[in-house]
Amino acid sequence: MALEILIDWFPYLFSGIVLTLGLVAAALIIGVGLGLPLALGQVYGTLPVRFIISIYVWFFRGLPVLVLLFLFYFGLFPALGLDLPAFYVGAIVLGLWGAAYQSQVFRGAIQSISEGQMTAARSLGMSRFQAIRSVILPQAMRIALPGWSNQYPEILTESSVCYAIGVAELLTRSSQIVSQTYVTMPIYLACAVIFILLSYAGTSGIHILEKKIAIPGFGPGGS
Amino acid sequence: MTEEKYILRVENIKKAFGTNQVLQGVSVNVRKGETVCFIGPSGTGKSTLLRCINQLTIPDSGKIFLNDEEVTHAGPRINYFRQKIGMVFQNFFLFDHLTAVRNVEIALLKVKKLPPKEAREKALYELRQVGMADWADHYPAELSGGQAQRVSIARALAMDPEIMLFDEPTSALDPELTREVLEVMKKLALQGMTMLVVTHEMGFACSVANKICFMEHGHIKEEGSPAELLNNPEFERCKAFIGEFREYSQ
Repeated sequence: MALEILIDWFPYLFSGIVLTLGLVAAALIIGVGLGLPLALGQVYGTLPVRFIISIYVWFFRGLPVLVLLFLFYFGLFPALGLDLPAFYVGAIVLGLWGAAYQSQVFRGAIQSISEGQMTAARSLGMSRFQAIRSVILPQAMRIALPGWSNQYPEILTESSVCYAIGVAELLTRSSQIVSQTYVTMPIYLACAVIFILLSYAGTSGIHILEKKIAIPGFGPGGS
Repeated sequence: MTEEKYILRVENIKKAFGTNQVLQGVSVNVRKGETVCFIGPSGTGKSTLLRCINQLTIPDSGKIFLNDEEVTHAGPRINYFRQKIGMVFQNFFLFDHLTAVRNVEIALLKVKKLPPKEAREKALYELRQVGMADWADHYPAELSGGQAQRVSIARALAMDPEIMLFDEPTSALDPELTREVLEVMKKLALQGMTMLVVTHEMGFACSVANKICFMEHGHIKEEGSPAELLNNPEFERCKAFIGEFREYSQ
């Protein structure tokens, strides 16, 4: 009975999976795309730059995602005259929130690279920018990867709060099915299993990547 | 003017770190093809002097000229001068994420903008010069200290520098590895490379250097040919320093 309902409703649930993965992908892209420059600014920036970044990090790490979501969805975006669909708001908020955490993962990795690497690069005539790009970052990103890999399951699970602003992601779809069919636990169990499988698949992928880019004797798991 | 014969002129360089006056007005002139060794107790500013020459450390005052072009106050042009001033460090500072050959070629690609094929050929040539061609595809962590230092010499040489700075290149190495690195440096000196070497290897200094500078408390206290300095040191502290070396080497 429950199984039949699940099979019947699976296409509906599946569209929720697609949206959840969409949220996660967008949030991770924003997270890296913004988190990395934030980290570089915090390490190499001038005092005002570092100050502004620390405010950013403090703000986004200090608030629950749900609160951020409400602030942006009901407050900031309408105030700016932007009538964005809930999905975009969710992706942006998760991305900005994740960037704050990811910037600290990247910052730690960049700072763990010994001073000598920059010194040697500069002694060969590289500019600071060239040294960061071809020497510091390739090393820092490898060191950051294990810590960064936390971000995927974290954003994946946290994306379910977009339920609160009506994004039709996995949890939203599940609860809609529940209210249509009056079957509760099997549906939420299915929802949970899907979350866990998505989490497992993603972290396994990152582990494979870690092994693939590992360098003998370098960084965590590199030896 | 005799000055124009000097490839490198260091004029009255001063540098303080906080209240610690590390260099108190150091001047030294180097002719093309000369090897100048800097000896003296630790913490007397020898390494700081080398780092001032390629502006890794910015001196508080004084001037440095390479071929009569001012290196100090060069602004972004410093990256041009640094290609002409190779540097080798005590702890090698090889790029840990790159194989030996990639270590040597990366600046050729990024700074000199050589095409990949040309850069690779040049890198392999330099590795052959230091006897490391067979290790081209190994990562720094897979090399011994001596091998790593030879790769770092090749990396500096690949830029075709006009002078080479060696900052205690063998201080992190055991005697055997020290010898293989000194061999490479000796060969380089004989090929006519202009070299400034901070070292505690008195044997090397005596046999290879054209000039030895004894430094203490941020000054060059005495300078001269190895024979002058070893046989007839005027300065008491220098006499004592060299005496200690003699005592232990017997």
